[in-house]
Order: sequence, then structure tokens, then C-alpha cells
Amino acid sequence: MPTNVLTLTVLVFLPLVGALLIAATPSKAVGLQRGIALVATLAVAWVGMLLCLDFDGSTAAVQFGQTAPWFTLPGGVDVHYRLGMDGISVLLVGLTSILGPIVVLSTWGHIHERVKEFMIWLLVMQTGMLGVFLSLDLILFYVFWETSLIPLYFILGIWGGERRLYATIKFFLYTVAGSLVMLIAAIWLIWTAGTADVMKLIDVAGAMPVDTQLWLFAAFALAFAIKVPVMPFHTWLPDAHTEAPTSGSVILAGVLLKMGTYGLLRFGIAMFPGAALQAAPWMMALGVIGIVYGAFLAMAQTDVKRLIACSSVSHLGYVVLGLFALTEAGLRGSLLQMVNHGLSTGLLFLLIGMIYERRHTRALDQYGGIASVMPFFALFLVFAVLSSVGLPGLNGFVGEYLILLGTWQASPWLAAIAVTGVIFGAVYLLMATRKMLFGPVVHSENRSLSDLNGREIGLMLPIVALCVWIGVQPNAFLDRTDGSLRDVVSRIERARSARTASVEIVPVHRLEIEAR
Amino acid sequence: MLQQAPPIPTGSQAYDWLWLIPALPLAAAALCGILHFLTLRSRGAWKKKATAHGHGEHGHAGHGHDDHGDAGHAAHGADHGADHGHAKVAAGIGGLGPWVAALSMYAAFALSLKGFAILRDLPEAARVIRSTSWSWIDTGTFGIDIAMHLDPLSSVMTLVVTGIGALIFTYAAGYMKGDPGYAKFFGYLALFAFSMLMLVLSSSLIGLFVGWEGVGLCSYLLIGFWYEKGWPAEAGQKAFVMNRIGDASFLLGTFLLAQLFGSLDMAAIVAGVPGSISAHSTELFLAGLFLFGGACGKSAQIPLFTWLPDAMAGRTPVSALIHAATMVTAGVYLVVRLNPLFAASPTLLAIIGIVAAVTAFVAGTTALVQRDIKKVLAYSTVSQLGYMFLGLASGAWAAAIFHLVTHAFFKALLFLGAGSVIHGMHEEQDMHKMGGLKRHMPATFLTFIAGAAALSGLPLLSGFFSKDEILAHTFAQGTPLYYALWAVGIVTAALTAFYTWRMVALTFFGKERFDAAKVHPHESPAVMTLPLMVLAVLSVFGGALGLPVVFNAPHLLAEWLEPVTASGTRILHEAHGEHELSHATEWVLLGLGSLIAIVFAVRGFRAYVGGTARDLDREAKSPRLAAFLGDAWTIDTKYTTFIVGPVKLLAFVIAVVVDAFAIDGLVNGVAAMTRGIGGRVRKMADGSIATYGLWMGAVTALMAFLFLWKH
Repeated sequence: MPTNVLTLTVLVFLPLVGALLIAATPSKAVGLQRGIALVATLAVAWVGMLLCLDFDGSTAAVQFGQTAPWFTLPGGVDVHYRLGMDGISVLLVGLTSILGPIVVLSTWGHIHERVKEFMIWLLVMQTGMLGVFLSLDLILFYVFWETSLIPLYFILGIWGGERRLYATIKFFLYTVAGSLVMLIAAIWLIWTAGTADVMKLIDVAGAMPVDTQLWLFAAFALAFAIKVPVMPFHTWLPDAHTEAPTSGSVILAGVLLKMGTYGLLRFGIAMFPGAALQAAPWMMALGVIGIVYGAFLAMAQTDVKRLIACSSVSHLGYVVLGLFALTEAGLRGSLLQMVNHGLSTGLLFLLIGMIYERRHTRALDQYGGIASVMPFFALFLVFAVLSSVGLPGLNGFVGEYLILLGTWQASPWLAAIAVTGVIFGAVYLLMATRKMLFGPVVHSENRSLSDLNGREIGLMLPIVALCVWIGVQPNAFLDRTDGSLRDVVSRIERARSARTASVEIVPVHRLEIEAR
Repeated sequence: MLQQAPPIPTGSQAYDWLWLIPALPLAAAALCGILHFLTLRSRGAWKKKATAHGHGEHGHAGHGHDDHGDAGHAAHGADHGADHGHAKVAAGIGGLGPWVAALSMYAAFALSLKGFAILRDLPEAARVIRSTSWSWIDTGTFGIDIAMHLDPLSSVMTLVVTGIGALIFTYAAGYMKGDPGYAKFFGYLALFAFSMLMLVLSSSLIGLFVGWEGVGLCSYLLIGFWYEKGWPAEAGQKAFVMNRIGDASFLLGTFLLAQLFGSLDMAAIVAGVPGSISAHSTELFLAGLFLFGGACGKSAQIPLFTWLPDAMAGRTPVSALIHAATMVTAGVYLVVRLNPLFAASPTLLAIIGIVAAVTAFVAGTTALVQRDIKKVLAYSTVSQLGYMFLGLASGAWAAAIFHLVTHAFFKALLFLGAGSVIHGMHEEQDMHKMGGLKRHMPATFLTFIAGAAALSGLPLLSGFFSKDEILAHTFAQGTPLYYALWAVGIVTAALTAFYTWRMVALTFFGKERFDAAKVHPHESPAVMTLPLMVLAVLSVFGGALGLPVVFNAPHLLAEWLEPVTASGTRILHEAHGEHELSHATEWVLLGLGSLIAIVFAVRGFRAYVGGTARDLDREAKSPRLAAFLGDAWTIDTKYTTFIVGPVKLLAFVIAVVVDAFAIDGLVNGVAAMTRGIGGRVRKMADGSIATYGLWMGAVTALMAFLFLWKH
């Protein structure tokens, strides 16, 4: 299909159109609302997939770009409506598109009240997320950033569990704190540079003095680090995940957290390479701490959903580590691992949701022996766990290996500590699997559980297929990131040589002074 | 001797059929999985019908056993099934599982033979064939490509894996008959075979790692196969985690090798090592050490050995066996595959030697006092793996592979024999409750004797030659350390002979110590005893593959492996000179080996042929020593106390003190300070669109304010 028809604008606003259509339906027409949501997200998935397949990864150039003037800021800076896809965003756009219909289908099982509102928020959120990954104007980016977060406040606050208010407020405070700091830095940057065009800003900011870069980097990185979340800004995540409805958790783990790691790459590393170079040891250290800390946190959990949430802290530690290794392998691995985490952890949350709908508990000790009652559930859970612990042949391994390899090239010691995550990951995930699936059936309530139905199996199959595809043929995905990541690496190398050059200049300068 | 390592081979489409060797079992595994779920569906329907008619599953149990063709057995089918904790059920469509799996193994074996024949017809220096590569991961700086690489070493391994595998699959078809997870079990077995073949055929270290982790996974699944019991699932988890400790180390080794050689193709690494010894000796040592760490996990060497005995004490002897015969030898294969890397560092070889000797000795002493027949075999496996690594530490690459092959023969035989005994004894594993079984199960008895004789190293049997060759090489190193290692090896040989014949005596001789009213031992069906006979023949005559120099016969295996082992051997010779034993010394060592094996075999047999008195006596006299040995020198208990406990404690401290109290406390404190804002947020979160709009307006106002303030 020609891409001039299926533009990025269509992709980004299709969900919003769906949301508007749903808004026009009578609130009792639950079937119609679900139907519209499903059709809209399926259309998004279709368009998104076509665009990703059409994308040429050999170049760093922005593709499918669309620009229109929007408004002029006081001070004469023009703000544009500017969308475009490059190697940094392509995989995440694909992930966001494909998870849409899966999440909508999963709501059949657990969203029974205020379905209309829920579907609207869900679709608005998808528009926001796609916009975040695709907007190449800093103001537009910020607008989408907020648009994608607000629906989650509502999803969490209205459809959440018992402690939903606490979780919502915590999530809100954390993100608002980060967003405001980022907003201030963004505005300062736009005024100083005289443009809001992200691609131009990347050139301008990269040439700024490192001290200036560091301040801006710190402001941006804080917002993104909260979003990822990087330890010690992580405590909102377990609460948010535990209280969120299944679909909320899937989106949160699958896509929203990736907005943080995406931001770190585009607005941290690519935009401020000089600062990133200076901050890299610290960020890598935070990544490694996250890996180990998250794993230990997960080991101590008795609530299975909370355990998966803590495992996210650990897994995203890998992503941060790989990003700030600032090596080609590390960046490739991190970008792929963002997708991998979305798939495997999304699958885990879907499965936990499915069993919760049957058994209404998340306590690990309430299960046991489920494998003999629900063999299909067991099959999928074991698959998701294996994908998550990085079994070679499935997706997780490729990302993890590239990240660790890239880290080794930057710092063997940190790689040696990070590799323990491979062990701890197996400890807590297999422990949880054993407690849920194996052993005798102790609780009589578990004896009569019904196995997964066709809808539940069907909605997971695309994820399973992707996990295998990435695991077996990762180059199909890695190749698409190639051009852009090479560009990022060359920016870092330039900043590195500028730094060594300036270090060399100092003694010469001093010699001149002494000579005088 | 070859003058140089074979060049890095290029792949050819003509050999793309090599991919079929692992692909066939993989396809079989997928098919078995489908069969399993089809069975579940039909059984679900059947169960509903049966309940409607008032029949439980147990009503069906007896019928499932008629297929054994053994009247005595069938009569006891019902309580046998109850022993399993399962009702035995008709396999239904899942009954096709073993056919599919076994067929794939026989086909893979035929292809392995074809590969062997092709290699044999090539000139010695060119004995490598390679399929075209599959570009797996492009790391940005180098590509990880995997080809199927068949050379003399991988051809030996594929023949062992597919050949013994085919026998095991056949046997398992009988052993697992009537289990509700019949097809699933064969799916796991086939997946295991796929992983193992991937491991030995892959050209890349990362391709090897795919199989390496794959066998770990299958081991996890097979150990936990009867997961309803609970503890097999725990043993499986322990195995996976301990293997992962080794795997983490393995990964570090691959990073270092990639950094050194810019490639993870093993042929490239082997070719690159000799040239980089002088410049990068520390890196090579570290890379080897990291990989050996991986081998310790997979091949159950100290400190990572404690998972294996637990894993093997699981209920399926078949799974125990594939561990013993194939999976745990992966570490030995890895070292031989990269032999120049290990040869490059004498320190590393010494470390391997010490670890190997200590492992062999500790496991040997532990096997002395076990009552569970499978635990004896499990610790014996750990101990024999120690021998193989001892051979590697002495640079005796071919001898290590020789022992790997003979051990695969006789240990497979012993495990299958033990399985037959356990099967016949209605799931009894305690040898103190056996005795006098030779009358009841003659075929099992005779083949078991052959396996025991080979394991204990009785003269002229397979185990005798391979073990003796390793010890001779160790002795020939001629340094104080290696003399000490040799001495430990000799002592362990005595232990081996003793515990092996203790096991034979307790199981098959003496009085019957079981309740004849309840247990009726019986011979297993032909599908189980036939593989035993094949393995017995191999165990007895397998030594012909590698006769000692003094016999004036060719060492077939060493000559065959020469192209692979030459590089490492040459590095060793250049560094330390050649160590050749005089014929007289070799005769003395052979004689000593024979004498020790015979003496301790006889002592072990005579001490226990009368019954269990000696065990009970020892336990009464020195209970602490008995407990210490029985618990494998309490190493596992120490791990629980000093590693598992603190880790759990740390996890608790992190979750409760650091996370919930310190970090979250801080966050909640900040939140409390801004309670005013919090109240408004609360309202907003209640879902009022108006408040939300207000909030959005406030943000816009703030933005506007900032703009104006600046200009």
C-alpha cells in the first residue's frame, strides 16, 4: 500500500477517531464500544506494521516525515506539527501498534464497568504514545507526553484495585515532578536554540559547551529516569502495577515505561552526547544497581503481580545499562530489549490477569499445582518466563546478550556485576512459576479453575510469535535501527574526541602562560 | 602429527543436510507437543463421560498395563499406579509420541553415520565439513553466525548422542507406558536431543550456548516432570539456577573472546590462540577460567555439583540417564573443542586438575554410603566426570573423550538397569529393601554386572582402558602436583570399585529384604531389556576404541581426534616438552590399576553380599562420619546456610527496610508536605473532566508565564 496514504498522521490519530466514535455511542452499548475499539486498534496495528515494514533502516534519515506550521511562540520561535520515523522510534512504534488490539481484547475479561470511558481513555493513550515516539518537534512531543500520561491516571484511579488512590497520587506526583523539570529545560533550550525542531536541536545542543549540556541533560534525564523507572525513582511502579487493571499494567509495562528509555536515548544521549559521555559511568552504575536491586526486591515478594513489577525494575536496569555503555552493541541491545520487555512482561501481566479473573487473588501461596488444572495456562506462563529470563532462541536472550557485550566493551567490571542478573532473574521467576504451577493442588478452589479460552489464547499468540521471531531472526529488527544508531555513535565519538582534544589543549595553553 | 590446525572451513550448500541432524528431533518435539495437547483434549472429554457413568480414572488403570504383556505386572497395575501418585491411563493419540521421537533419533543417527563416513574418506588434515551459515545476531561490530560444523570431535559426539539417545528413547517407550504425560515426556526428550546436537554441532560459541542453555531447560523440565510431587520441581529449579551460575561465567568468557578475536566462531578462536599466547596470556587465562566456570555448572564439578544428585534422584531414571550419558559431558566437550585456549595456560590446567581430583574424591566417598541406588549412580557420575576433567588437566584430550564415550556406554547401561530394577520393585529405590533380585530379573542382572565391571575398571573392559589412560597421562606430567592428582585418582579408583560392587551385592545378591507378600519383582519387557543388551556389549568391548600403546594396537579414537587435538597438544609440547612414559612404567601402572580394581571390587562385594550389616554397623559406630559422607560432605547444607539464607535475608532487608521504609518513606514524606496539592489531585483522579481541564489550563498558564518571564 502506498505510504503517502497511510501517513504517520493517520497512524497517530486513528485511535483518537475511534475514541470520538465511541464517545458518540450510548453508554449501554458495550458490545459496540468494544467493537469500535477493536477495529480502531486493529487498523492502527495494520498501518503501523506496514509503515515499519516499509521503513529503511540503512540510513539515519527521518522517513515518512510530515510538517505543518502550528503556531509561533513569543520570541519568534516557530512551533511545527512535525512527525517522522527514524531508527530510534521504528521498533517502539511497531510495539505500540501491535499491543493495541491485544490490550483491547484483554479487557473483555476484566473491564465490565464504565466500558465506554475506559475504551476512550485507552485509545487516547495510544494516540499519545504513538505521538511521543513520532513527534520531532519538542513542543509537540511534550503535548503528546502529557496526553499519554493523563489517561493512565484515570485508568488507575477509576478501574484500579483497593489501594488505587494511593497508587494514583504517587504516580501523579512522581511524573508531574519530572515533567515540570523537563518542561522548563525544554523551553530554555528552545529559546536558546531558536528552534523547536528536534533534529535541528540535536545538532545545536550537541555543539553546546559540556557544562550547559550537563544541566539540560540532568533535567531531561530526571523526567525520563522517573518514567523508566531508574532506581531510586522506582517506588511508584510496583504500586501502580499492583493496583492497575490488567490492561493498564500491560500498557504501562509494554509501552509507557519505554517512553522513558526512548527519551533517554533521543533527548539524553543523542541530543547531549558530551553530557551523556560524562554521565555515562553514573548512569551505568544506576543501571547495574537497578538490575541487582530489582531482582532482590522481586525475590522478597509474595504478590505475583508486584513480583513482575519489581522484575521490570531489574529488566529496565539492563536497558539503561546498555544505553549508557554508549557502544553499538549496547545501543542495539537496549533498543531491542525495550521491545522484548514490552512483549515478555506484557505477556506475563496478561497471564496474571487471566488467572486473577478466575481466582481473584494475587498471593503466590494461594496457588500451587495449577499446571495440572490449567495446562494451556501453564504452557503460556512457562513460555513467558523463559522469554523473560533470556533463554537463547527466544527474544530476551538477544537483547540481554547485546547489552552485556556492549557493557563489557565499555566496562568489564560492570558487565561482570550485571551478568549476575541472569542468575537472579532465573531465581525469582522460576520460584514464582514453581509456586504457581507445580506441586500438589493444595487449595480446593483451584481444582475447578477452567483453562484458557479461545479469546485468551488467541490474543497471546501474536506476542508468542514475535518472541520467537525476534529470538530466531533478530537481524530483521536490528537492521532497522542500524542507520540511526550509527549516527548516535558517531555523535558520541565526536564528543569523545572533542573532550580528549580539549584535555590536550590545556597544557599547551598553560605553557604559553608560563612562557609569558 | 599434523603441523598446523586445520584452516577455518568455509560452509558449503552441499552439506546443508547437517542442519537436519538437530532439526529432526526439534520437529519431533513440536509434534509430540501437539500430540500431548490433543490427548489432553480427548481425555478431558473422556473424563466427563466417565464421571457421568460413575467410573473413576482408577477403574481404567489396570487396562493400561495389559500392554506390558506381563500377567504378574498387570495384576498389580492398580497399586503400581497409585505408587506413582498418578492413575495410569491409556495413552490415546499421545501413544504416537515415542514413535515420532524415536524415529527422529534413528534418522539423526543414520545422518550422523553418513557424516562420519564422509569425514573418514577425506584426507586427515581436511576432515571438516560445514553447512552454510545462518546469520543470527549482528552485534554492529561483528556478526554471530552459526553453521553446522562436523569434524572428528563433533562426529564422535553426534554418534554418541544420537546412538545412545535412540536406545534410551526405545527403552523409555516401555518405561513410561501408561503415564498421563506420555507424549509430553517424549517431547521433552526430543527437545533435549535437539539442544544437545545443537551444542555439539554448532560452529559458534554462541550457537553452542543455545544448546547449552537448551539442555539446561530440558533438564529442568524433565527433573520436574512429575511436578505434582513438589520436590522434583524444586530439584529442577535448583538445577536450572546452579547451571545459570555457570552460564553467567560462560557469557563473560564469550565477551572476552570476542574482544580478543573479533569473532565467536570456534574455529577462528582455535586458529587465533597460538599466535596470541605471548601477548595476551592473562586474557586467555581469564577467558578459559570463565568458560571452565560454565563447564563446572554443566558438568557438575565442585563448587557447582550439588544440583546433579538431586536432579537424578527424581523419579524418571530415563531423565537421570540422559544427564549422565550426554548433558553433563558438555563441559568436557567444550574444553576439548577449545583445547588450545586451555593448553595456553598451565595455571588454568592446574586449577582444572585440582577441581577435578577433589570432585572425583568427594563424590566417590559420598557414593560409598548411599542407600538409594540412583544416588549411588548420580555421585558416581560426578566422580567419573572428575576423571574426565583430570584427563583434560593433563592435556589428554583424546583420553577424556574416550572416557566420555565409555562412560556413556556403561553409565547408560547402569541407569537403565537401575530403572529396570526400580520398575520391577514397584518404585522402590532403597537398596536396603532389595536383595536377591538376580533370580527375578536375570536379563537386568547380567547386563548390570557388565556395566558394573566396566565402571569399576576391571581389566580389559571399556572403563578400565579409558580410566587407565587418563591416570597414565596424569602420572606422566611428572610434577609434584600431578603426582598428587594421580594419587587421588588411584584412591578414587579403589572407591569406585568398592561402591560399585557394594551396589551389585546389595541389589542382586543375598537375602530378599522386601516384603514378598506385597512386592513381586519381575523382569521388564523386551523393549526395555533389548537396549540393555546392546549397551552391555558396548560396555564390555568399547575399550577397543582406545587400546594402550603397550598393546601395540592403534588407539583408534586418539588417531581419529588428532586433527582437533593437535593444536592444544602442540602448545603443551612447546611449553613443557613431551611426556612419554616408558613401556615398563606403563605396564606397572596398568598392573596397579588392575590390582586395585580387582581387590576393591572383591572387598566391596564380600562386605555386602551377606546383607546390610556393615552399613548398619558403621552408622552405629560413627554416626557423624556416616552422616557427613551421606550428605556429600555437607556442602549443600553449607550452601543453604551461608548463601541461600543470606540472599533471602538481603532480599527481605531490601524490600522492607530499604525500599518500603527508607525510599518510600521519603516519598510519602514529600507527599505529606504537599498535602494541599494532594487533595486537589485526589479530586482530579476521581474522574471529573472539568477538574482535569482546569489542571491542563494551569499547566498552559505556567508555560505562558515562563515565556513571558523570559521575554
